[in-house]
Amino acid sequence: MWAGIILSLRQELMITILIFVLLVYKIGASEYKTNALLNGINLLLLANLIVGFFPCPDATSFSGMFHTNRLIVLEKNMLNLGTLLISLQAYDWLKSHRHVPEFYMLLLATLTGFFFMISSGNLLLFYLGLELSSIPLAALASFDLEKRQSSEGAMKFILSAAFSSALLLFGISLLYGATGTLGFDTIVQRLDGSAFQLFAFILILSGFAFKIAAVPFHLWTADVYEGSPVTVTAYLSVISKGAVFFIFIQLLYTVFKPIATSWYRILIILSVLSITVGNLFALRQNRLKRLLAFSSIAQSGFILAGVIGSSRIGEASVVYFILIYIFSNLGAFGVVSLISAQTGKETISDYRGLYANNPALSWVMAISLFSLAGIPPTAGFFGKFFLLMAGAGKGNYVFITIAALNMVISLYYYLKVVKAIFMDKPEQPIEKLVIPLLPNIAFIVCVAGTIITGLAGWIYDYIYSLSIGL
Amino acid sequence: MNLSLLVLAPLITVVAVLFCRGRSSIRWVSLAGVTVQLILAFALLFLYWKERAAGNDSAMLFETRHTWFRALNIDYHLGVDGISVAMILLTAFVMEAAILVSWKIAPMTKEFFVLLHILSAGAYGFFLSLDLFTLFFFLEISVIPKFLLIGIWGSGKKEYSAMKLALMLMGGSALAFIGLLGVYYNTHTFDWPAISQIHLPLQAQRLWFPFLFTGFGIFTALFPFHTWVPDGHSSAPTAASMFLAGISMKLGSYGCLRVAVFLMPEAARIYSPVIILMATIAIVYGAFATMMQKDLKYMNAYSSISHCGFILLGIGMLTQTAITGAIIQMISHGLMTALFFAAIGMIYDRTHTRLVGQLGGLLKIMPFISTIFVLAGLCSLGLPGLSGFVAEITVFMGSWQHAGEWYRLATILACSSIVITAVYILRATGQTIMGPLKDTHYNGLGDAAWNERLAGILLTAGIVAIGIAPFWLSRLLTYKLN
Repeated sequence: MWAGIILSLRQELMITILIFVLLVYKIGASEYKTNALLNGINLLLLANLIVGFFPCPDATSFSGMFHTNRLIVLEKNMLNLGTLLISLQAYDWLKSHRHVPEFYMLLLATLTGFFFMISSGNLLLFYLGLELSSIPLAALASFDLEKRQSSEGAMKFILSAAFSSALLLFGISLLYGATGTLGFDTIVQRLDGSAFQLFAFILILSGFAFKIAAVPFHLWTADVYEGSPVTVTAYLSVISKGAVFFIFIQLLYTVFKPIATSWYRILIILSVLSITVGNLFALRQNRLKRLLAFSSIAQSGFILAGVIGSSRIGEASVVYFILIYIFSNLGAFGVVSLISAQTGKETISDYRGLYANNPALSWVMAISLFSLAGIPPTAGFFGKFFLLMAGAGKGNYVFITIAALNMVISLYYYLKVVKAIFMDKPEQPIEKLVIPLLPNIAFIVCVAGTIITGLAGWIYDYIYSLSIGL
Repeated sequence: MNLSLLVLAPLITVVAVLFCRGRSSIRWVSLAGVTVQLILAFALLFLYWKERAAGNDSAMLFETRHTWFRALNIDYHLGVDGISVAMILLTAFVMEAAILVSWKIAPMTKEFFVLLHILSAGAYGFFLSLDLFTLFFFLEISVIPKFLLIGIWGSGKKEYSAMKLALMLMGGSALAFIGLLGVYYNTHTFDWPAISQIHLPLQAQRLWFPFLFTGFGIFTALFPFHTWVPDGHSSAPTAASMFLAGISMKLGSYGCLRVAVFLMPEAARIYSPVIILMATIAIVYGAFATMMQKDLKYMNAYSSISHCGFILLGIGMLTQTAITGAIIQMISHGLMTALFFAAIGMIYDRTHTRLVGQLGGLLKIMPFISTIFVLAGLCSLGLPGLSGFVAEITVFMGSWQHAGEWYRLATILACSSIVITAVYILRATGQTIMGPLKDTHYNGLGDAAWNERLAGILLTAGIVAIGIAPFWLSRLLTYKLN
């Protein structure tokens, strides 16, 4: 029996062990070499990623509290992969940082939280997982210890996180009052779409909307993204968002299945608003982190379009797109992170003429941005195509038209960056930067992933074979 | 013949160019790559005729099909009929000439050729695709290389033009995308032959035809979405202008024909008056706008709008002759406008101006370039013996078969625009080529180099061949249409 539990909890246990190793190391070693430590941690994360791929049986443990299946294992592997990439890219920033072990302890604590959240079969465990991840995230957001902006971002994050948690908790308690249970499989039997239950659902939905930064619950995003260190911004916009989407779609497709007609309409509104408002705000940004923040709001809207599809294609497309999003967004954030760590420059005007001295970085950035914009042959094209295709499955073509035309708007601001990099003549060009080994590996993985994930159709087919749909 | 070879050839060239060091090796590898493509295109033509002569009369030949996204019923599916073979040949011709013309491109020679080869891979893939997803994939591939080619190596207000072009073409793709989704959810497949067997419900046709036609139409300068053409073509470097006007605009008309009209014939009949209205406006307006231009590239860009109007007019008329004419016009205009842009580019490289007022008497110092310039011009105004005449006369004959008053009126208007074409072509030729030398500085300028001569001869040969023996081409095209 223990063997079964350990096997099904394998990914969570691995991360927890890593945290304890770091803790012991931090207490035990009075002095350490940051370089060696970073290499070691990245190796451990790689090992963790590889172990995650070993097959694992579907299981339900702790009387339905915790469940896992092949899709969930895949989702966790994706999060592991993203965390590894972020960690590789953070090398330049962390090597001069005083608190490397603490950084990783916090990072991995949030990851554990996400894992439990994705695997939860009960609203209680879901809420615990979510909280386990949000509080360390706030600490991470303030990890640029000398910058005031960073602590300001952390403050904003913790306030908004607390607010969204309160909404969620209120919704959960109302739902408990309405159905008398917290288990996913029993809630679904007792949902009848009464006004009271819908009210509870809307509160829960608002909590989620905060986490995925859907308009009108997005106001914290830009400031937090801008204030946090680039690494943490990347983590927030990719891993955190991805994890929340994973559980969100599970909840909608399994627990809230009886009231699908109600959430279908609400999500369309959220999606249209997120895509449009995110794009319009992104148009005017000059700071890259803010631009990526608003673009990630728009991307959330596109992912919602896939969720709206309420079909097997919808679920598969969402997971598929998040995989692509990990590669392409982390590619873009990796370049921003490297340039910011080495030169402190973070605006589009600073990137003028980047191509002259740094062709490799420029192409990584360009390919990532093309993927975010949905231009073939990058994977983003396939991701967007399938998301909107799933969204159109219900015959809501007005919505799909708005979304598709928004791709034109988003192309403008992505191309603005490309134009600065390739076409503008700089006054003070960024000199040739040295790319250390670890970030270099991350760039190669990101670019390769961005190109291969789309062209290799079997990846989509594999995800499709795991998903269930509504 | 394995059709994937045609898509792979440019991609292999890209990889080879990436490994090249030094400008001359990049150029020679690129030239070798496009020459292989030209040979492949001719081989395809030859094999196609052989199959047809052997009595194979299936709609599509040489089909290759690989499952791509099994879950979504999306295949990588290629195949050719006569129309695609003709378009492939056009692409191979124009690409060969484009590489030859960009012999001295600098800086960033490697990037330039890589982007150009990616463009050609997209074009080949588009013309070969029998799956609408694959088709759309190849259509969109070309957007970014165009943006970069214009923005980096262009002239004038190049960044503005590049952005305008990229956004408008993306808008076109977005509309086409919605139309494709509409078709998909009515048939649950993207497979072109399969969809052409299914009769789409009339209501769906009515709804999705405008999306598809307008979406692809934007690529081919459908009025009122033609505004990217003048800026885009004029700011682009010579090779990119040749590709844009010669091939890229044909992607749009090919899409209009193959996807919108072939798959939704009833809707095409319903919307045909609107298409004809737009096409006629484009023809007449484009011709008048060309008269007002002082820059040679702008002239050719506006005249392209007018000439592409003939393509859309032919498609909109929906008679077999008119559609054949439209396809001949696609080929003819592709070759002719590429030749025109090549000649203008050569003149600009030497005199550093494209303004008609500053040029004059070029025939005396650069006879070869002047000759191809005049030939392109004569082809454009429809001189018998060159391809333009064949294309236009076929379109007009096909249009006249349509007995409706509205169609007759449009045909007459379109015909009369030829007079305007003659005015601007002859005026421009007279001012730039004939007469006394305007600027004594031009005296020392040389004529075309070997590579430029080769490019000119290649395209001219195409124009003359179609002009003298049009039945070859029309037999190739009409095999399917029967």
